[in-house]
Amino acid sequence: MPEPLARSLRVTGFSLGVAFFVILAAFPFYWMAITAFKQNSDLYDITNIPFWFNEPPTLEHIRYLFKETLFARWLSNSLIIGVCVTAITLVTAVPAGYSLARMTSRKGEALGIAIFLTYLVPPTLLFLPLSRIVTELGLQNSMWSLVLVYPTFTIPFCSWLLMGFFKALPIEIEEAAIVDGCSVFCAFIKMAVPLSLPAILTVVIFTFTLTLQEFVYALTFISSSDQKPITLGVSTDLIRGDVFFWGEIMAGALIAAVPVAIAYNLFLDRFIAGITGGAVK
Amino acid sequence: MAAVLTRDIVKTFDEINAVNGISLRVPDGEFMVLLGPSGCGKTTLLRIICGLEQQTSGDLLIGGNIVNDIPPRARGIAMMFQSYGLYPHYTVRNNIAFPLRTQRMPSQDIQKKVGWAAQLLGIGHLLDRRPRQLSGGERQRVALARALVREPTALLLDEPLSNLDAKLRTSARQEIKNFQQRVGLTTIYVTHDQVEAMGMGDRIAVIDHGRVRQVGTPIEIYQDPADLFVATFVGAPPMNIVTCNGGGYLGFRPENFLPRDMIGDDGVTEFSFRVDRSEYLGSERIVYGVMDGFDSKQPITAKLPPAHVAEGSVRPGEWHRFAVKNSELRRFEASGNRSTRH
Repeated sequence: MPEPLARSLRVTGFSLGVAFFVILAAFPFYWMAITAFKQNSDLYDITNIPFWFNEPPTLEHIRYLFKETLFARWLSNSLIIGVCVTAITLVTAVPAGYSLARMTSRKGEALGIAIFLTYLVPPTLLFLPLSRIVTELGLQNSMWSLVLVYPTFTIPFCSWLLMGFFKALPIEIEEAAIVDGCSVFCAFIKMAVPLSLPAILTVVIFTFTLTLQEFVYALTFISSSDQKPITLGVSTDLIRGDVFFWGEIMAGALIAAVPVAIAYNLFLDRFIAGITGGAVK
Repeated sequence: MAAVLTRDIVKTFDEINAVNGISLRVPDGEFMVLLGPSGCGKTTLLRIICGLEQQTSGDLLIGGNIVNDIPPRARGIAMMFQSYGLYPHYTVRNNIAFPLRTQRMPSQDIQKKVGWAAQLLGIGHLLDRRPRQLSGGERQRVALARALVREPTALLLDEPLSNLDAKLRTSARQEIKNFQQRVGLTTIYVTHDQVEAMGMGDRIAVIDHGRVRQVGTPIEIYQDPADLFVATFVGAPPMNIVTCNGGGYLGFRPENFLPRDMIGDDGVTEFSFRVDRSEYLGSERIVYGVMDGFDSKQPITAKLPPAHVAEGSVRPGEWHRFAVKNSELRRFEASGNRSTRH
């Protein structure tokens, strides 16, 4: 086979492969986006081609979400829960990860793994004892129960992630600061924290996304509509009996997904550095 | 500035003695080099002096005061790390200013001090750069400026030249030494490189397995090694050591082991030497071989001046009459310690 032909075949093959995976990954989002703007008559007419608009697009579903449901409330609930859980996780996991990386000998390694293992316990097992705690604290049917519960799985994972990152920071920088007049805590605040910003950013994005998409605990602990986060609200209040409000469900999912997608794209490089930073020397 | 004194310092890690009872006196203004192979405990001792490690037992005195329980920040000691430990997120200016900021010095004074230190080390033009934009030599100077800016009681240097290439190392060695003499700062310098130790130290402490084997001026260390370890660790090639008939060892430096006719007649010991291999190194010719009637673990080496010894006169396989002046012979007991000198 002549060389130029072989090369163009290779390029074409590669492009086709990439195209396949792009379509595979992007299709659900595309489906979500067009469904959110389709008129119901378009949506439910099975003779229509489902992949494109057969009638003019509409904002009716979005209007319905904001006017006829508590969607705005769910959004703000999710936001409040996300911000609180992220703050709690940062305040706890950053010092925890640092201590595990720096202040223990070999026991620290085992402790780090043990902490990570707690992340692997499935929530379906944990919500029974946790519901007892939530009731004892009088937080049943309140979104604050989620602020209490979510850190149980964000803190272990984030401590572990940060431990790996702190271990990769050269210790001389902190030691130099200590000799130059810092206490251990001051060296941590002035050196370790600013230098691990990529990892801390990763923790922020990770925690926020995790709380945004959590479903099981929310379903267990919350029943009033005005306390629901967005995942729960959309899937419980927009499915009534066997009636699915497809247009509204998709519009709700789209609105929740767009800010996260933008955040990911802005911080993608740093995010990857945060995830791989601790693993690779 | 102050004298540093360690009194029987022991440091144990997981039941291994990294430092095994070191007593060392570094007078005010002295340049003391801790020399030893890697893993001998010299860096651990340095870290104990600056307070990054706590000794298991023993006392540390700085300027006459016991500082065992005083945290590093209050000891007033500066340390320069092997990798420099510059703060990557600060500019050079802020790196140098950092030790002053932690002392809450007024910012006007900080400006003045930073300017002084930068000028002293010739890095005034680098003040607004960040460490990653600097070359190895520039980083070293910034680290030195940061160490000096608050006028420490003593300066500790942990293998500061090991990250530089060979050429730069020579000039950096000179710079550090000049600088130390100018400020008269008590300095403790850790290295495994004997050239650095010999070239820079007022005195050298040779350390092995957590113990001081000998403390002395470079000349004392080289001419009168206290034991076999010091004799073979210092010098390149190291001192020749051969076993004596009556037990114990006999040592002599390669440069003192010369063809018989190059040495005068007074007080000379002759040996029969078979040449196995010879290396021409420009300023010297190193000859390897064995000696008739003596056992040695290493090949015997002779360092000959090429100007006086022609290529053809020491061919491999030939036996030659070599000799050492009696005054250059060193005797060691079977235990490895130096025999009493006569």
